[in-house]
Amino acid sequence: MSGTYLGMPAFPAAARAAVRNPTLRGNLRHATHTIRAKRARAVAEVEDWAELREAGKRIKDHTLRHLDTYLERLEESVTAAGGVVHWAADAEEANRIVTSLVRATGETEVVKVKSMATQEIGLNEALEAAGVRAYETDLAELIVQLGDDRPSHILVPAIHRNRGEIRDLFRAEMAAWGRPAPEDLTDGPAELAEAARLHLREKFLRAKVGISGANFMVAETGTLVVVESEGNGRMCLTLPETLISVVGIEKVVPAWRDLEVFLQTLPRSSTAERMNPYTSMWTGTTDGDGPSTFHLVLLDNGRTDTLADEVGRQALRCIRCSACLNVCPVYERAGGHAYGSVYPGPIGAILSPQLRGTGSEIDASLPYASSLCGACYEVCPVAIDIPEVLVHLRERVVQGGPVTRAGNKVVLRPAKGHAAERAAMRAARWAFGRPGALRTGQRLASRTRRFHPRTLPGPGRAWSETRELPPVPPEPFRDWWQRTHGGEAGGK
Amino acid sequence: MSSRERILGRVRRALADVPGDDTPYEEAVVRDYLREHGGRTVDETVDLLAGNLADYRALVHRCAAGELPSLIAGLLSARGARTVLVPPGLDQGWLAAAAAERVPDRPEADPHELDRVDSVVTACAVAIAETGTIVLDGGPGQGRRRITLVPDHHICVVRVPDQVVSSVPQALSRLDPARPSTWISGPSATSDIELDRVEGVHGPRTMEVVLVSGR
Ligand code: SF4
Repeated sequence: MSGTYLGMPAFPAAARAAVRNPTLRGNLRHATHTIRAKRARAVAEVEDWAELREAGKRIKDHTLRHLDTYLERLEESVTAAGGVVHWAADAEEANRIVTSLVRATGETEVVKVKSMATQEIGLNEALEAAGVRAYETDLAELIVQLGDDRPSHILVPAIHRNRGEIRDLFRAEMAAWGRPAPEDLTDGPAELAEAARLHLREKFLRAKVGISGANFMVAETGTLVVVESEGNGRMCLTLPETLISVVGIEKVVPAWRDLEVFLQTLPRSSTAERMNPYTSMWTGTTDGDGPSTFHLVLLDNGRTDTLADEVGRQALRCIRCSACLNVCPVYERAGGHAYGSVYPGPIGAILSPQLRGTGSEIDASLPYASSLCGACYEVCPVAIDIPEVLVHLRERVVQGGPVTRAGNKVVLRPAKGHAAERAAMRAARWAFGRPGALRTGQRLASRTRRFHPRTLPGPGRAWSETRELPPVPPEPFRDWWQRTHGGEAGGK
Repeated sequence: MSSRERILGRVRRALADVPGDDTPYEEAVVRDYLREHGGRTVDETVDLLAGNLADYRALVHRCAAGELPSLIAGLLSARGARTVLVPPGLDQGWLAAAAAERVPDRPEADPHELDRVDSVVTACAVAIAETGTIVLDGGPGQGRRRITLVPDHHICVVRVPDQVVSSVPQALSRLDPARPSTWISGPSATSDIELDRVEGVHGPRTMEVVLVSGR
């Protein structure tokens, strides 16, 4: 992934630093709680939410199980509609393809609509190395780019910045990139947005090359879909002469009709709106309307390795709504940067170690960046069982085992720095195998809860320092069940 | 080996566990979700559209077909618009009473030219009541995608009730995937600064929707 993330400390260390930053914590808490409450209302408005969620899950699962068929179909329909399809096995290849496509236009600047895939491959840095300046045009991405910073949230990448910080940044940096910020710029959000509008408008109007990702690609018709709010997407997708879209292979859906599910679940899960302000759909090129040249770069970069894992595969269903981030107690305290990848929060904790492997310390620590409370699964519009994958990956880190890396089957050795977790996992397995011991253990934990420490002892301390330990319930689940169900289960 | 072959090969090896006779698409995808939410009369559906458009801060007007030219003329002059973009195929009568100079939508027009135009008037392909969404697909009276993007003031005319559907599924089944489409739900907005909603970062900052009934 992007070079920006190299040298990241492993999650517990990064999280510890983040938690000590009160501004960051305050910004994050405000944001996640606001979005969370709004989302719950938006979802409650739709009485068939459960059915839509199930349909979304099934569409994605079916597509993943036949991904080769749908990718070939997509290629055919995009080509028939006047687009050119390229395949990129990894980040380096994708960057090479995009760079040479931009070079071929003779241009030295491009406008970009926010795209996780291009962040994942570090496209901006690759373009810069080739002498091409890439302008991020999403307001939050602009804030991130001007601050030489990294995004910390899927949906609101600058969520860690407050208005005062943004004003200072605009005043200090805009001039170096183009139209300077007005002298008397205040920190009012409307004024800041206006400054960004003027700053970016001059770039949109002269841009010859646009670069985007896509939320969905329809195999049947060759249609690409970008869902957005600000209109910078529409600008990048329709004003330039050449459009290059870099999209992960998991973004394909079989049929036009499938969009009816995701266009209902994505906006409500994501920004808690009935519908996002703008959605653009295009099928190849259209004479006299929009770009006359369209390139689609299909990106693997670890996705086929993820696909090879029967448990972990479900992470590829993700539609990047970011709902799981906003409900995660760990994300709320640690912030997006601590995850060391463009995919933060619960989805990042299962996606990054699969896309990149668990070779590095940060990737090996990510499956532990969770309290397994299950809130992420509850809100996920495509029902990804994130806790299940987390536990699966923990086991992988601790025990090693067969995995696929760059298309090859390899056997992973148990991670060295995880002796403690290894012991913990063994203990857990021992307990799960002995219901009597588990029962006693839980009851003991409940009865002694007044004496439980706020942080974990030993090697667990680094991690638990960064968050409150979940409180032990006053009554063990089994006792409650026995009491309320009259022992129907017979205490088995 | 090309990357295409390499990636497709990896996909196939990764899916070794999927049986050859896996459940086909039609059966694998259960669609027991609703085609529309709640039962409504035609009038109620139009009211819902108006309500949801307003909820997203579009300005909503209603009129009978005969009043449309004067309504549009009034909206343009209230805005002080001196120039108005006219997409091909727009009903000439709609602008009959307007004083603003008409600027035709031409493929060779430079984006800077569009930036200097005050307003744009278009028709639409379909409108979705449950979400307050207007869909444009480049059909007659709608023009190129950029003309409803660059000018700061967009007036969109929706014929009610025939261009109004209840839901997203109903809208998709009316649209042709081969045409580029733009779905608009209120004016452009951002919540990137401390989640305060700010309208109109890049698209038109004012969106006016005219619901016109009768022929
Ligand atoms: S995992 Fe689910 S909830 Fe999280 S971003 Fe992806 S789709 Fe949304």
